[in-house]
Amino acid sequence: MTPITVLVSVDSNSILLGAKEFVTYLRNLVANYNMDSLVTVLETVSLGSYNGVTVQVLPDDVYYSIKSKDDVRKIVEEHLLKGRQVWDLTIDKSSIKPAEKFELKEIRIVTRNIGSIDPKNIDEYIARDGYFALSKALKMKPEEVIKEVKDSGLKGRGGAGFPTGLKWELTAKVQADQKYVVCNADEGEPGTFKDRLIMEGDPHSVIEAMTIAGYAVGASKGYIYIRGEYYNSVENLRKAIKDAYEYGFLGEDILGSGFSFDLTVRLGAGAYVCGEETALLESIEGKSGKPRLKPPYPPENGLFGKPTVINNVETFANVPQIILNGASWFKSIGTPNSAGTKVFCLAGDVNRRGMVELPMGVTVREVLYGFGGGVRGGRELKMVQTGGLAGTFIGPDKLDTPLDYDSMRKYGVSLGSGVILAIDSSHCAVDIALNTMEFFRHESCGKCTPCREGTRLACEILEKMTKLEATQEDLSYLEEIASLTADASFCGLGQSINVPLLSLINNFRNEFLKHVNEKECSVNLCKKPEKKAKAFIK
Amino acid sequence: MAVCERHEELYEELDSYIDQVKDKPGILIGVLHKAQEIFGWLPQEVQEHVAEKLNLPVSEVYGVVTFYNHFSTKPKGKNEIKVCLGTACYVKGADRVMDRMLEELGVQLEEVTPDGLFSVHAVRCLGACSMAPVVLVGEKDFYGKVTPDMVTKIISAYKRGGSHE
Repeated sequence: MTPITVLVSVDSNSILLGAKEFVTYLRNLVANYNMDSLVTVLETVSLGSYNGVTVQVLPDDVYYSIKSKDDVRKIVEEHLLKGRQVWDLTIDKSSIKPAEKFELKEIRIVTRNIGSIDPKNIDEYIARDGYFALSKALKMKPEEVIKEVKDSGLKGRGGAGFPTGLKWELTAKVQADQKYVVCNADEGEPGTFKDRLIMEGDPHSVIEAMTIAGYAVGASKGYIYIRGEYYNSVENLRKAIKDAYEYGFLGEDILGSGFSFDLTVRLGAGAYVCGEETALLESIEGKSGKPRLKPPYPPENGLFGKPTVINNVETFANVPQIILNGASWFKSIGTPNSAGTKVFCLAGDVNRRGMVELPMGVTVREVLYGFGGGVRGGRELKMVQTGGLAGTFIGPDKLDTPLDYDSMRKYGVSLGSGVILAIDSSHCAVDIALNTMEFFRHESCGKCTPCREGTRLACEILEKMTKLEATQEDLSYLEEIASLTADASFCGLGQSINVPLLSLINNFRNEFLKHVNEKECSVNLCKKPEKKAKAFIK
Repeated sequence: MAVCERHEELYEELDSYIDQVKDKPGILIGVLHKAQEIFGWLPQEVQEHVAEKLNLPVSEVYGVVTFYNHFSTKPKGKNEIKVCLGTACYVKGADRVMDRMLEELGVQLEEVTPDGLFSVHAVRCLGACSMAPVVLVGEKDFYGKVTPDMVTKIISAYKRGGSHE
């Protein structure tokens, strides 16, 4: 250990800002000044702010925001060499932590290690109680492990909210020569990047949880199905798996328990529908990722026809902490029906975008203003989409809705994958609807007619509307299509298109009517003659 | 079909990879990833070759290739420019970035520039929404908070020396 440690955030976002170059430059400078024995430079993941690359100097606990190599030099020459804090680069810790007045109760369970450890160093994970849960679980009976997870009330964090313990129990009960554990890391929901940060920043937590799941249900093989575009996550996970094998946390006879578990990373190839669990299984099998008919569900008949537990990255990342701290600890966080925390991803027109972990039941307003610092540029908030592209659009009047698994049923507001997308008053509701539907049209796999044709028709009508050529009949037809597609589609993709579409129409009916009746766009975005078709996606 | 002069060498590279992994179940997508990495795209000839090596019907390979966005049956530019049009990027003006990009290069979407250096593709969400709008060149060069006026600069970095590093 050296007396000084410098943590540099090197997640995908920071890399955009030059983090990798800064790290190399920083290391070179430290070496040039012969400070190798005094200073350790560590790469960690997001420290939470994205105005520049965030750098933390320990033990002084000073945060800097770096934008150029010159800034790096200043920190080395002033702070490290002379012990003088560089004030003009210093950032207020409160910009890293949420604004006080909203008293955001940030509780870090799945993000607890992110930004504090070097994700490529297994020892640092172990030092933070890593793999203790695995060792504890292996001393328990598989039924006891399942009971603990079941009692904790943990539900799927990917959007559907199915109780995790129940899923495990169903899989454990089926007799089979081979079972599988699959991690759904095909994070394709626009606006969502929580799984990426977990895998980049704390890959071992996922590996540990999957091994525990394997032990609990009697599976000896696991797959992590990850988006091909997530280069950093793939790299960190592969490194973590390799290290876990070396340390005996994976492979034969784990920790002398007699239990064996193998883990492999499989890359996706860009298909949104593969986030649907059965489509994902098809894809791991090397086929086109088209959803299967359910039932049978994966716990009975999953990967290669064998019983399979499939959970989201964030769901898994909760498991080690539940095993370590117990079900009642976990249940004490959040709301009675929705235990624990949720990682929210805030994007769009807000002052501060990023990821924050908050207890279930937090309101949209708290995330938007407490964490996000309100709407950018002093504009007015027009709407918020929660839960991902298939989630609901809500107007500013619904900001005080608590977000948990009951919010959809009680208030018609989706929790989904935890995305909160803020849209300000400069945007047109019809245009947003078109953008959303184009996504679904492109990602519809084409297996079933309602989804394939419904999304196409919806786009055609919306395109007509943005050209100010649609009529009121078109609007009614659009609403009919939305409901019909949702009723008749084969899988969750088509079944959910009515949610964003109808919530937009219902919240902004006047705006839609203005487009069709008065041929007018309230923000002057949609124009009649030479407006370019926005259909970039074929 | 002229893939290029290093034709045979490329096939050898692919074959040695296939030999390593062919016993793993469901490896087709992994093999196609590798093939595209080697050839840059997946011409019919390569698809047929993969089908034969893995003992699969060509129709199945073709089905998988055309299903996934990542696989391309058309050649791509040396620098593949991906402009994210996911909602978070879209509300931050990604469409204007896209317009400028196509105008600047004088191509249509997914068309390769005459010098073979660029092709522009629309993608949905690269998972960097807090940096929206985002442009990705090649596999690793990310550009965040892109404005239409930054387009010329981004492109010129690749005109000079291939990659910007």
